[in-house]
Amino acid sequence: MVAVLVKIFGIENIEIAEDVVQDALVSALETWKFRGIPDNPKAWLYRTARNKAIDIIRRKKHSKTIDFSDPERKLLTSEYTLSSTMDNFWKEEYIQDDFLAMMYACCHPDISPENQITFILKSLCGFSTKEVAKSFLTSEDTISKRIYRTKEYFRKHQIRPEIPYPEEITSKTSVVLNTIYLIFNEGYNSTHNDQLIRKDIISQALWLCKSLLDVELTQLPEVYALMALMLFHTARLDSRINDQGELILLSDQDRTSWNKELIAQGSRYLNQSAFGESLSTYHLEAAIAYKHCVADSYDNTDWKEILKYYDLLLKIKKDPIVSLNRCLVILELYGAEKALGTIQSIGEDHKLLEKYYLYYSILGEIYERLMKPTIAIEYYEKAIKLTQSDPEKRLLKHKMSKILN
Amino acid sequence: MKEFLMLIRGGQDKYQSVSANDMQKHMEHWQEWMAGLANEDKLVGGQPLANEGNTLTGNGKTVTDRPFAEGKELVGGYLLIKASSLKEATEIAKGCPSFEYDCSVEVREIAPVG
Repeated sequence: MVAVLVKIFGIENIEIAEDVVQDALVSALETWKFRGIPDNPKAWLYRTARNKAIDIIRRKKHSKTIDFSDPERKLLTSEYTLSSTMDNFWKEEYIQDDFLAMMYACCHPDISPENQITFILKSLCGFSTKEVAKSFLTSEDTISKRIYRTKEYFRKHQIRPEIPYPEEITSKTSVVLNTIYLIFNEGYNSTHNDQLIRKDIISQALWLCKSLLDVELTQLPEVYALMALMLFHTARLDSRINDQGELILLSDQDRTSWNKELIAQGSRYLNQSAFGESLSTYHLEAAIAYKHCVADSYDNTDWKEILKYYDLLLKIKKDPIVSLNRCLVILELYGAEKALGTIQSIGEDHKLLEKYYLYYSILGEIYERLMKPTIAIEYYEKAIKLTQSDPEKRLLKHKMSKILN
Repeated sequence: MKEFLMLIRGGQDKYQSVSANDMQKHMEHWQEWMAGLANEDKLVGGQPLANEGNTLTGNGKTVTDRPFAEGKELVGGYLLIKASSLKEATEIAKGCPSFEYDCSVEVREIAPVG
């Protein structure tokens, strides 16, 4: 609903759109309390929101808040055309388009990722400022500032929500996918102790990706691949953290608790992703996640196949995190000596690697297996200093105490 | 580009007797026609008028509680449009949906004064 209203009032007036939705919901609750829920609650809500939007247009016709220079909006200023123009905005077949268009507008490459995410959660996922702040563990003030800056950007550059032309769809969708994956990781990796909040964010990311798959234009291979990847991760969500909020390593996770239905869904999407020319990083990450999902134990994991995927990933993009994760595969496949050689020969700037806690945590692991506990502990300590996440810190401390005993 | 005023007269009686469905269709015709004008950047604005009103005469001292004209003469709405000539404005006016209600449309150029 917000997406439709944003199209009516302009993206810079998102707060008017939100007010209308809120008013419509309040009216619904008040009316339905006495008369019961109508046969078609959605239509009732749309109708109510439509009428409230008409009231606002009449009231603000002469104010400068809304830009009526656009031909379609101009028709809102005449009583000859206000009502039917408004009806056109609410046609079912446009509503889905508006939603997608809004998603593309939010993912404008010049808007910073955290602002993109904030705006998407606020305008498309129906999060309140307070909820967004809670999800990111920051203050409402910070979130309000992010929204303000994004709105100012839209106003200044006169950005209108639009579905990209077919020739731009791949490049623009890749920004959207990146943002969806960031939202997902916010839920998946976040240090949040509240499982409900994490699951809510994850389900929003899945829903956003699904809405791209509902439209033919955006049924691209990489969209299917990301959907598969997120489902494979989600399937393992519950086994990843125990009741005390402690992280559980993949090797120690209870594989029977992995959600088979989600893994099956993910496999279907992964199969669907296998068309066209493009082999995206999502394809490879999904393939890796799939191999983990179908292994009946940690030891029986198909590490060789996984190593191939990592090699391909590095061919597409040199990414230090990928290089580091690849070392873990080498560690499982060929042992600590080889892994040490691999980590030392990573072509990246070692100064950059030294910023990652993962770098030290892997070195710790390697030296632990090489039976050099003192060096291992040193590296674990460095890793602890570099991570912000409390569960990660506890996990590393746990590893250290195991060595010491 | 010059500006022209279209004064739409009459049609009120017929308008009040039609079904809701026909009315809706009629409003959709307005929508289509005006959208065309707006897209060509020829629409300045315009509104339908209520039937009630007051008329002031005698140097503003006498107020009659109804519009001066009646029936076919009663102004029911106006439109301001942009056109290069009276001829073009007249052509545009020919598409006005008000003719479905037997209205008359008067096209007048906005006069530059001074």
